[in-house]
Amino acid sequence: MTSVLYDAPGPKAIFRSRLFSVVAGLVIAAGLVWLILALGAPKTSANGAVQPGLWDVSRWDVFADREVWRTLGRGALNTLRMAGVAAAFALVLGVLFSFGRVSDTKWIRIPTTVVLEFVRGMPVLLMMLFILLVFSTGSFWAGVAALSVYNGAIIGEALRAGIKSLPRGQREAGLAIGLTPVATRFRIEFPQAFRQMLPIIIAQLVVLLKDTSLAFVVGYEELLRSGLYNLTNFFGSRYSFSFFLVVLAIYLTMNLLLSWLARVIARRTGSKSGGVTTDTKAPPEKPLDPEVVYPAALGNQMGARGL
Amino acid sequence: MEAVIENLPLFLEGFRNTLGLLLLAGTGALVFGIIIAAMRISPVASLRGFATVYTEIVRNTPLTLVLFFCAYILPYLQFSPGYFVLATIGLTVYTSPFVAEALRSGVNGVHVGQAEAARSVGLTFTQTLSFVVMPQAVRMVIPPLINVFIALTKNTSVAGAFFVFELFGAARKITNDRGDEVLAILLAVAVFYLLVTISLGLIAGRVEKKVAVLR
Repeated sequence: MTSVLYDAPGPKAIFRSRLFSVVAGLVIAAGLVWLILALGAPKTSANGAVQPGLWDVSRWDVFADREVWRTLGRGALNTLRMAGVAAAFALVLGVLFSFGRVSDTKWIRIPTTVVLEFVRGMPVLLMMLFILLVFSTGSFWAGVAALSVYNGAIIGEALRAGIKSLPRGQREAGLAIGLTPVATRFRIEFPQAFRQMLPIIIAQLVVLLKDTSLAFVVGYEELLRSGLYNLTNFFGSRYSFSFFLVVLAIYLTMNLLLSWLARVIARRTGSKSGGVTTDTKAPPEKPLDPEVVYPAALGNQMGARGL
Repeated sequence: MEAVIENLPLFLEGFRNTLGLLLLAGTGALVFGIIIAAMRISPVASLRGFATVYTEIVRNTPLTLVLFFCAYILPYLQFSPGYFVLATIGLTVYTSPFVAEALRSGVNGVHVGQAEAARSVGLTFTQTLSFVVMPQAVRMVIPPLINVFIALTKNTSVAGAFFVFELFGAARKITNDRGDEVLAILLAVAVFYLLVTISLGLIAGRVEKKVAVLR
């Protein structure tokens, strides 16, 4: 409970802060209740017709239809399929990019750097359109290619940072026992960098899963297109808000599960990778530094997230 | 190449709208982000909880879904101030939690010894924050904040898919008209995006180097 920034609060201050917390909580709750009631109230449209509120049964009865759920499931599976294929390619590309970026040969390093800068500065959506029009692949492969190149570039940068943050002795030791430079990179440096950067890589895969929704624009039948756009077009815009809420819930479930997994892995590898570098100076980028002011010091008891 | 020169006015109009979206949504996200970050580090538990839930929900929602909501469902709920404003609202909502996280990580990055030293020479809570912690936090916040704005620049392209005529919208329209020069047109659009993102990246790199010397 004690904080560096102020003295421990006395009984009066504790009472005041509790009171304020309760009042703020009530205000937020009242706002949410008002929002829900306002959305549920029947509306009169411009021509005088009265529409039922958004929580009315007539807007939700469509979910009794089996086919609706099947369409939603198909969309979610398509999203996961695209994310899975793109993630595999992105990891392979990321490894290749990171090796190209730290290569000792100028002829490899400089072109890779230029390509990476180009790719990282471009919107994924533009890349999708580009691949779709120029190489006339289907919408699935356009989406997969754009997502894997873009996320591969970001994963490559993360791995490069990981390799750079290793103590120099690691590479020197590898060379000293007679490994070739390439073997040193592969067998000594890369495994350590990969483990250190795993939380960042998984966080990037969550971004990739979210970004599959961009394939909606190039016409791929993923969750947003089949679950929201097509169903709304088919059953009428009366149901659009209901479909939106359900699709939102599906996306949140998928992404929160993956984020949670990322956090679990971050906690695990965080304690392990510390052992590699404790004998030397601390690496420049540490995921969690116990010596800094966390929100706990500002009166927040929740602590910082691992990422 | 000919198609690019012919349609230069369209490109420039798209570029102007992209910059407009970037400036408006960037300012909005900065304001909201500061409020959310303040709520997240405040001692009031209920505000903290609200800000945390908001951040988690928005960060795990795809931008396309947010903009779909703004472009299709808000007008259906009889709120339609035009697609440009709707896209700005969507981008603001989507970007604000990322701004808040960048701000929070900056405050977290200040060494705890700094606060301890300030307290032990007798500074109060307000003085510690405003003279010691915040000046350092602001410097450290700028590079991650610029990264958020680079991401926002790229994200404005999604608005082009929802009836806003910015660079991506221009690319779609021009490639439809001139199917024979797709490559040149798309490369020209990429150059416009890179103009913004790479220059922002250079600024971020320079600031980062300065901060590294300061620490």
